[in-house]
Amino acid sequence: MRIFGNRHVLGWLLISPAVILLVTFTHYPSISSFISSLFSRGNPIRPAQFVGTDQYTAMMQDPVFWTVLENNMIYAAGTIPASIGLALLMAVLVDQMLPGRAFLRLAYFTPTILPMIAVANIWLFFYTPEIGLLDQVLRPLGIDTPNWLGDPDTALWAIIFITIWKEAGFFMIFYLAALQTQSPELKEAAKLEGASPFTFFWRITFPLLMPTTLFVLVNAVLNSFKLVDHIFILTKGGPNNASSLILYYIYETAFSFFDTPYAAALTIVLLAFLALLALIQFGVLEKRIHYR
Amino acid sequence: MSKYFSFTLTSIGAWILALLWISPLIFAFWAAFHSSSDAINFDLFSPLTLDNFIEVWQQAPFPQYMWNTFILVTGLLISQCVLATLAAFAFARMNFIGGGVAFALVLMQLMVTPEILIVENYATVAAMGFADSLVGIGLPYAASAFGIFLLRQSFKSIPKELDDAARMEGCSTLGILWRVYVPLAIPTYLAYGLVSISHHWNNFLWPLVIANSVETRPLTVGLAIFGAPESGVEWSQISAATLISVAPLLIAFLLFQRQFIKSFMASGIK
Repeated sequence: MRIFGNRHVLGWLLISPAVILLVTFTHYPSISSFISSLFSRGNPIRPAQFVGTDQYTAMMQDPVFWTVLENNMIYAAGTIPASIGLALLMAVLVDQMLPGRAFLRLAYFTPTILPMIAVANIWLFFYTPEIGLLDQVLRPLGIDTPNWLGDPDTALWAIIFITIWKEAGFFMIFYLAALQTQSPELKEAAKLEGASPFTFFWRITFPLLMPTTLFVLVNAVLNSFKLVDHIFILTKGGPNNASSLILYYIYETAFSFFDTPYAAALTIVLLAFLALLALIQFGVLEKRIHYR
Repeated sequence: MSKYFSFTLTSIGAWILALLWISPLIFAFWAAFHSSSDAINFDLFSPLTLDNFIEVWQQAPFPQYMWNTFILVTGLLISQCVLATLAAFAFARMNFIGGGVAFALVLMQLMVTPEILIVENYATVAAMGFADSLVGIGLPYAASAFGIFLLRQSFKSIPKELDDAARMEGCSTLGILWRVYVPLAIPTYLAYGLVSISHHWNNFLWPLVIANSVETRPLTVGLAIFGAPESGVEWSQISAATLISVAPLLIAFLLFQRQFIKSFMASGIK
């Protein structure tokens, strides 16, 4: 009985340092965001007051909120399929016995380990009007180039392109790990049956990679909410919020406009998206896809 | 014949993609060693120079930034490993009341990472008196759900017989953790360590919110300030500063490429 009691006490003692920190910086702020979103913005003369759902009503009427929400959807739609598709292509290429395979893998993967800030600095020069590399290459060919980062039509796509460049190599790694566990007998059998490499890929390899695709997909969706570092360097959300995303708008609201309750309300919207993602991941997708 | 042809075509395609992919980096590397006017005119064979690096070194406190990042990354790795080891052991082997619920709570951090909660976390860290300090930057990440998860998997795969044998020899529970579990999980620590180091070396948003002085700014924040268009720094110098910021991690990656890639692979297999 004494040992029995000890096990429970010791268990909680061992997890408590980690759990206390996690609760302080994950669970508590999630709840306190919600509470502070129900109050007005206080100032020295008028302290914060309970306003119920006023922040959320204001959000519905805030055109910038709808712009960043739409931008975030475009950002997700622009980055996720492209980076996953490229990752799969890269993994299939690197998995073969091509000449210089080690170099290929290195070239695809290196952008992954660089900080987004450094990456943005490099790409800033490509996008700069007139002297930028992109303009120097395209202008002599007679192509009329826009001001990539200054034009509302292209700014978000310039951001999207960098994200794809940075993410593809990262996702490639997971596909590569999965491809390397695939048994070579499958390929032999398919060859005997006379299946073309293309058929083999679509009928055998791709379905077997489904769990990996799910894992990568969840990460890609998560990144489409989280990856905003390059915006600080390249566009600062401009021009006129054309390249701003939800998390960037939260940062601006809290630390440039000092409107903490509204930033908290925006955080709740972001958390709602993540909760939805978690539900889809655990509820629907995991049941449908067979795990090894 | 057609098989040979398609192999050649695939190889060429793979190489073109690889060269395209790496070219921005090669270009930045090239520009850092040339004057700004040569870089802008893309004069390939212009003379090499180290002036950009000297300028950067004199203009901004990059050695201090690098030191800050180094301390931050090391401190975080130590605290993450210690806290995750204790928690993972309890979750893997203790079977205590409420363990399942606690583990589910821990896993929430995999999705709701601290940078999403910058507003409230800033308030918490400031209230604790850790604003503008390295401790403040590290604290929200000091316990890592991901680390706990990986180590728990690894501990679970260790045969229970080893555990029992050590207990027969009179080893205490914590002694077993230290003498049996930790040594057997070293590959997991290595994999987790590389992922953690590269993540925190590159982290930007949260440090930007917290750090407000030269003594606390990590490299990413320092680089962002240095490269801001308002500061009017020349392009080649930005390239040089960028290279300085990524060099330690990039060199480590090039040296231990296999280990890095393996670690990232292991981190994805759940």
